[in-house]
Amino acid sequence: MALGLEAALGDSVITTKLDEVVNWGRQYSLWPMVFGTACCAIEFMSAAASQHDISRFGAEVVRFSPRQADLMLVCGTISYKQAPILKRIYEQMPEPKWVVAMGACASSGGIYDNYCTVQGIHTIIPVDVYISGCPPRPEAVLDALIKIQEKIQTESVLVDRHKEYRGILD
Amino acid sequence: MKATAIEKICSKFPGIACREVLNYVEMTVQPEQLEETLSRLKLYPELNFGLLLDITGIDYLEYPVAQDCRFAVVYTIRNWRDNMLVQVKVPVPDPDKGVPTCTHLWSSANWAEREVYDQYGINFIGHPDLRRILNHWQFKGHPLRKDYDIFKGQVCYDSYSMENEIKNRLLANGVDETTMKDINTEIMFLNLGPSHPATHGAIRIFTALDGESILANVNEIGYLHRGFEKTAENRTYNQVIPLTDRLNYCSAMMNNIAYVKAVESWLGIEITERCKFMRVVMSEFFRVQDHLVCIAANLVDMGGLTNYWYLYNEKEASYDLISRLTGARLTSSFTRIGGMYRDFYDGWEHDMEVQLKAIEKGVSDSLALVLKNRIVHDRTQGTCKLSAETALSYGFTGPCLRASGVPFDLRKDNPYYNYESFDFNVPVGSTGDIYDRIMVRFEEIFESIKIIRQAMKHIPDGPIFVKDHNAVLPPKSEVYNNIEGLANHFKLIFEGVKVPSGEWYDSFEAANGELGFHFVADGSGKPYKLKVRPPCFYIMGGFHEMVEGEMIADAVINLGSINIIGGELDR
Repeated sequence: MALGLEAALGDSVITTKLDEVVNWGRQYSLWPMVFGTACCAIEFMSAAASQHDISRFGAEVVRFSPRQADLMLVCGTISYKQAPILKRIYEQMPEPKWVVAMGACASSGGIYDNYCTVQGIHTIIPVDVYISGCPPRPEAVLDALIKIQEKIQTESVLVDRHKEYRGILD
Repeated sequence: MKATAIEKICSKFPGIACREVLNYVEMTVQPEQLEETLSRLKLYPELNFGLLLDITGIDYLEYPVAQDCRFAVVYTIRNWRDNMLVQVKVPVPDPDKGVPTCTHLWSSANWAEREVYDQYGINFIGHPDLRRILNHWQFKGHPLRKDYDIFKGQVCYDSYSMENEIKNRLLANGVDETTMKDINTEIMFLNLGPSHPATHGAIRIFTALDGESILANVNEIGYLHRGFEKTAENRTYNQVIPLTDRLNYCSAMMNNIAYVKAVESWLGIEITERCKFMRVVMSEFFRVQDHLVCIAANLVDMGGLTNYWYLYNEKEASYDLISRLTGARLTSSFTRIGGMYRDFYDGWEHDMEVQLKAIEKGVSDSLALVLKNRIVHDRTQGTCKLSAETALSYGFTGPCLRASGVPFDLRKDNPYYNYESFDFNVPVGSTGDIYDRIMVRFEEIFESIKIIRQAMKHIPDGPIFVKDHNAVLPPKSEVYNNIEGLANHFKLIFEGVKVPSGEWYDSFEAANGELGFHFVADGSGKPYKLKVRPPCFYIMGGFHEMVEGEMIADAVINLGSINIIGGELDR
């Protein structure tokens, strides 16, 4: 039986919290911006193709324009040469936005512990979810997507999430 | 390469030290003789070395045998028609002064020399545009010098403008300041990439447009430079195999095979018959995979998304077989020096046959959509043409060279692994346009399937590893049950396969063209230097020749048709 305001207004109105309704919308309509640079991008292609079918999670609208996307998937090695571009594209994405570091290279530099590879993209931009593997299987990409969805549920629309973040390029 | 050919080359260069290395000729010349030697190799009709494959530097700072000069530059040049290969090595007394350029002889020297300059700091006198190519413009020092610390990363704060380069290119194409200021010609500068859906990776294509036509184009690469060569110097020979996976990651196992083939050729290891057949089956299977991804992505760029599903689904299905065999989908690391990681599993023939049939069906479905499609024809025929002569000059190999009408294929011209006894054709194009490049790849898929079927029929039983304690790990039963086996295992794992000192080059027909490895070994278990000759790098070096004068949209599909793979391009 409905209580409070809902009891007074009848069946046609549901009351909820703003956070919940907005987050519910956000979590099932993530638009990924694929920042694909290397091998992991090929596995992302598999995740998007028919067998694994990322559209089951509402995230099939792959936008290469950062201005239309809210989920950045960094698939592949980021070199120091690439880093300013990664940062610029991240900044072009409107808030709210989430970042997935796909694979060992994006997460930590992977096997490339050397002069040209950024040792993890968290030094450039804030990261929400890391996927292990070199490269990860497409199922892991889907898993990361679900993790992001769970994370979105717990957030507040009023909080600026990464106000305090400072990377090496800031 | 025949003995007569080696004699022929040596006889043309009296007074120059020539010696035979692994079936090719290595010449050592002094800097003042370099220009003369290279011009002779290129211009003498009976020598006709038209394909400059690679240029690389060597830093002998820590080499156990003292050398006269710290630096040397090595040119690898091929006469594709007569299957002759020559390496010209020149010591560099002063890297700041350097050696004369050879960009006037081969266009491929432009990018090759820039790379040597970038990585070793060796100057090339007279080079038209000597600046960094793989490392970023704010980088200080030269990473492949032995005294450069591998962990010393340098942050890049801003991207390079390339304004001067595009203006110079415009000038070279006859567009000067007055034309640019003319009210009727409004030139627009447009960047494609480094992060752009059409670049299939991270490449920066910078164009100057008049309307939609490309007046000038310059390209910047190196965004995926991840220090393969420096890292390899710190790994044992077998530990380099996982790194080779990540060169051309669409056909990872071909790189594995090409790499171990190069090491085995120097060690003098003759692998077992079964292993040879296995390598043929797997490299042809991965050639098919590579072409499937290339064509699928290319047709998506043209708007034919249905083709993507037809072609990519077959690749996805092939992963089942690949992961059953290797344990990984993409990065197989399946070869070892002297053999393969493991033998085929029981019943692989059935899985393979099912897969081949499915690929044939997928490819035929896709061909039914594009082969007689007027839109595809209008879009691709006659666009972004490249003549055979230009393609050779830029160091093209593989399908892109064959699309321009040059029937050069190492499997036919310098056969290895019994390729001479397989029945297959080398498809060639007639005009070198985008259509030819797509169709050559389609045809190669069918030819590769033909080779796989023949190899499956004739694959012999037997071991996959050679019996050689110096290179191959002992069986586990020996390691666990006797001390000799254990010591053998320990030595090979900790110290690596000891490779006798020397320098050599060996190549392989990979999906994109000639994939070569140039080694310098110092007798230890790690390569002193390892240079990859990536087919993509040189193909990208000739990109502007294809797209200038065409429409901007054609540049996009042209990039798809030459199959640029970042891992291999930038290493």
